[in-house]
Amino acid sequence: MSKTADIAVQKFLEHTDSEAASFFEACVHCGECAEACHFYLATDDPRYTPTYKLRPMERAYRRDKAPLSTLKKMLGLAPKPVTEAELKEWEELVYDSCNMCGRCTLVCPMGIDIAGTIRKMREGYAAAGLVPDGLKAAAAKVEKTTSPMGVTIKALEAQIAHQEKATGIKIEIDKKGADYMATFSSMEIMGYPEVLGAYARLFKRAGLSWTISSVAYEATNVGVQIGSSPMARGILERVVKAAEDLGVKYVISPECGHAYGAIRWAGPNMMGRRFKFEVVHIIELLDQLRREGKIPAGKKDGRRITLHDPCQIVRRGGLLKEPRKLLDESCDDFIEMKGAGITNFCCGGGGGVSANPRANVLKTKAFSQKLAQLDGIDSLEAVVVPCGNCRTVFEDGLEAYDKDGIEVLGLAELVAETLAADGHKQG
Amino acid sequence: MSFLDLVEGPMFYIAATIFVAAGLWRLIGIIRIGRKPDISPAKGSATGGFIKGNLRHFFPRGIFARRTMVHILGGYGFHIGLFVLVFFGAYHIEFLDQRLLGFSWPALPRWGFLLAAEIAFIGLIVLWVRRISDPVMRLISDKDDHIGSWLTFLVMLSGAFAMEQAHDSLRATHMLLVNIWLIYFPFSRLMHAFTVVLSRGNSGATYGRKGMNP
Repeated sequence: MSKTADIAVQKFLEHTDSEAASFFEACVHCGECAEACHFYLATDDPRYTPTYKLRPMERAYRRDKAPLSTLKKMLGLAPKPVTEAELKEWEELVYDSCNMCGRCTLVCPMGIDIAGTIRKMREGYAAAGLVPDGLKAAAAKVEKTTSPMGVTIKALEAQIAHQEKATGIKIEIDKKGADYMATFSSMEIMGYPEVLGAYARLFKRAGLSWTISSVAYEATNVGVQIGSSPMARGILERVVKAAEDLGVKYVISPECGHAYGAIRWAGPNMMGRRFKFEVVHIIELLDQLRREGKIPAGKKDGRRITLHDPCQIVRRGGLLKEPRKLLDESCDDFIEMKGAGITNFCCGGGGGVSANPRANVLKTKAFSQKLAQLDGIDSLEAVVVPCGNCRTVFEDGLEAYDKDGIEVLGLAELVAETLAADGHKQG
Repeated sequence: MSFLDLVEGPMFYIAATIFVAAGLWRLIGIIRIGRKPDISPAKGSATGGFIKGNLRHFFPRGIFARRTMVHILGGYGFHIGLFVLVFFGAYHIEFLDQRLLGFSWPALPRWGFLLAAEIAFIGLIVLWVRRISDPVMRLISDKDDHIGSWLTFLVMLSGAFAMEQAHDSLRATHMLLVNIWLIYFPFSRLMHAFTVVLSRGNSGATYGRKGMNP
């Protein structure tokens, strides 16, 4: 076995806990998961069958860790060792054709969490250095600037200044003793800076004390996407330290799928302790403020609007009802797409795929499944996409399929736009 | 000692012992690998999710049903049919009563047994034909999948021949195959009959903590 293969296999085994083992032991090779995977559905290529993507890790487990594997080895019945060539062959399946969206778990009669296991499998790939160049480049930028897109504090300050001018509201940086610390994805800061203004308007109206950290404004975690726990922990540590230094009670996770999972669900486990603050997703917070009557809805948006469910926020994050309640109160003609909610299709760009230029063609093909959902709605005018990364995938995908007449919106911006005028009390 | 006595007596007890011991070894082995406790603040119950996950995955989601209909019908037909004929067939109840358990329960009438057997046969054949004809299934299937399917099929087929109790040799052949099946079971993917509880439960628990329906 080559050194690369040995490193990967050791990590596979290290990350095969009893949960992953139960998945490997329960898979009956029924192939149902293919029917839920947008990469398979868009291409008809059997290699994109989700359970097949796990094959090298499963084989390493069966050979070296599974109960009775010693007996099988003695009898010559154990599987062959995983080779470096196989690992390289599978790299595309592990990184380019899996968004870790978890839709396959819903169709699996055994309930196998393939997405979570791919995340563990990527630990082996990352440790062995078998990572797509695009993700490596993003990681290098994070080392230098804390942002996978290379967004510096100066760039953020410039965007804040624009939004302060547009809204007339001061946005404070590093305000000690604030209740909330907001974090953002680089994509939001550079591509959709209006979200900063939307936060300012909504939080001012709600009377919230909030701030942005100059050292931990970035919420995304490329370590989670690559599959490197040490890197993910390092990125997370910066946010946790900044929040605890500022003494905030809450950290707001932005409209970004994996960022929420990284800090809310994986975060304490990666750090080995609970935080001194609570993590709240911006959608959760807006829903709570709306229920408390602090951000009353005003004139509704009259367009025919649907909602995309970012996988890590809804299916794997648990925030199913909150965005819907907000949209019901913000739109006159909110309509669900077929398959909405926890069975919704991924956009095709999650799990690091959109940071991996090698996967661009495949990602656009996979988006065809999302497009079919949108096409199923007559006279659709806009789609709310509460994830900065999904939003760019939507914009690129709609353009690629000549559907750019459909506007792509952020949720916080829409809620801010439809906020009732000052003095209005929620009924 | 006749061959029938051998396969219904000592060989059956050895096979059943291997089935139980190796099966338990494998299940306990999976659990003993262990898992770090999840310390993220939960929104829902992991235990509730474990149970819910196990129950929820019995029922296919409507949105996937059309694409997976063949598998759903084949899978349900085979598994329900097999369960009914194994545990509610008069000969099986009698055998288990006399050789293993010392108690019995009401059996299905003959027509019910035959119906269950036919449904199980059709289901198994549908699943196997799909395994060899569907490109996805062909790619992901291995020897174990085929051996498990064929062994189960032969057990069922020999059982059908033995039903009339016309010849001891037919009954002995059936029991020999049952014993081989029992020995093969814990070392193979047939163990999914038990590992499914862990698999569904683990996913269910993870989703349950997040307050989600798995």
